[in-house]
Amino acid sequence: MSDPHVAADDPSAAVATRLQTLIVCDQCDAVFSRLSFARDESAFCRQCGAVLYRGSRLTTRDLLALTFAAAILFVVANVAPAIRITVNGMRNEVTLWEAVAALWHGYAVVMGVLAGIALIAVPALQISLLLWILGFAAFDRRAPGAAIGLRLLHAVRPWSMIEVFMLGVLVAIVKLSGLLHVVPGPGTYATMALAILLAVVAKRDVRSLWNRLPAP
Amino acid sequence: MEQAAGALTHPPRAASIGIVACGVCGRVQSADTTACTRCGAPLRRRKRDSIARTSAFLVAALIFYVPANVLPVMYTKVLGPGSESTILEGIVEFWKSGSWDIATLIFVASVGVPVTKFLVIGTLLVAAHRRTAWARAQRARLYRFVEAIGYWSMLDVIVVALVSALLHFRALGTAEPRLGIVFFGLVVVLMMLAAASFDARLIWSADT
Repeated sequence: MSDPHVAADDPSAAVATRLQTLIVCDQCDAVFSRLSFARDESAFCRQCGAVLYRGSRLTTRDLLALTFAAAILFVVANVAPAIRITVNGMRNEVTLWEAVAALWHGYAVVMGVLAGIALIAVPALQISLLLWILGFAAFDRRAPGAAIGLRLLHAVRPWSMIEVFMLGVLVAIVKLSGLLHVVPGPGTYATMALAILLAVVAKRDVRSLWNRLPAP
Repeated sequence: MEQAAGALTHPPRAASIGIVACGVCGRVQSADTTACTRCGAPLRRRKRDSIARTSAFLVAALIFYVPANVLPVMYTKVLGPGSESTILEGIVEFWKSGSWDIATLIFVASVGVPVTKFLVIGTLLVAAHRRTAWARAQRARLYRFVEAIGYWSMLDVIVVALVSALLHFRALGTAEPRLGIVFFGLVVVLMMLAAASFDARLIWSADT
């Protein structure tokens, strides 16, 4: 129980409250006093230079709005073609979804699963968890399961690779352009915008989302 | 006081003053707590068996890096005879066709990034094993750098996926993934796991 009202009576709660004036660098274990700083200021470890705390100019409602936008772009990126080709009058196009499915045969299925996780499942999970958690937080409520949701967001963060897909589209276009007529489709632009939004809402700092939640 | 003077240059360590910060949410609590009071994640002072796990992932990745480079990653057949190409052959092909920029990009993602990661993680492991105080700040920065760049190596896997999805005209051209890409993707994953299992605090602790 970390209710500040009981802190005076309960010595362990008082200690817990006082510990919150400290901040520990998770890269080198150095302990610092937590300074109060403006919302958009970041703090770095004096010993190893790692980020201690990442500030953000955005309000919780801003983040929620950006997550909604990311959700729409994610759907577009999955259904709209990323690349279109024409050769001798025959046309073909590929979406994010179909690119993943192309690996889904033979031994390449291992990579198909991996690409499915990194390009579809993880971004989808990040967007849905954020919509859930931020949707409640924007109205000063704590979403049911918020703690588990934030732990999941922390765990999956390194495995979200939409921005690499973006670069892959560029390389594939150049690779095929010598042989065929290749143009980027609307899916590519959606993916670009999605990569930027996901970097802002889910990649940079999951930890500071804790400060946006009201106490349980 | 000598200790106070020392504290100015070296901040105290959480482990030495009986506190621990949650690795997931960052909340600071007393070191005898077993699960985080805020998010419920298990609390650890260090990552589990960091050196052993990181070495295991690194060795596995190094072994897989051989077939990843020797075996072809893709079979392509467009308006002519089909051919299989390895990652390096793909880069050379781009270079010869005049796309030196894309060739450089793929070279950085497919060769530069994994090789850098091998060297850096290997160095970090040796230094952590020896508990040396050598170049601590630089090692910490290198660690954060390789941890951040690792997943860009997935570029090649994604290019193979896109090209295979696009080229399946029966008569005119086809492209299919080949076994090399599986090994290459596994190298990327293993190196991501290696970086994640390495505990950067080992760089700073001479005593534990």
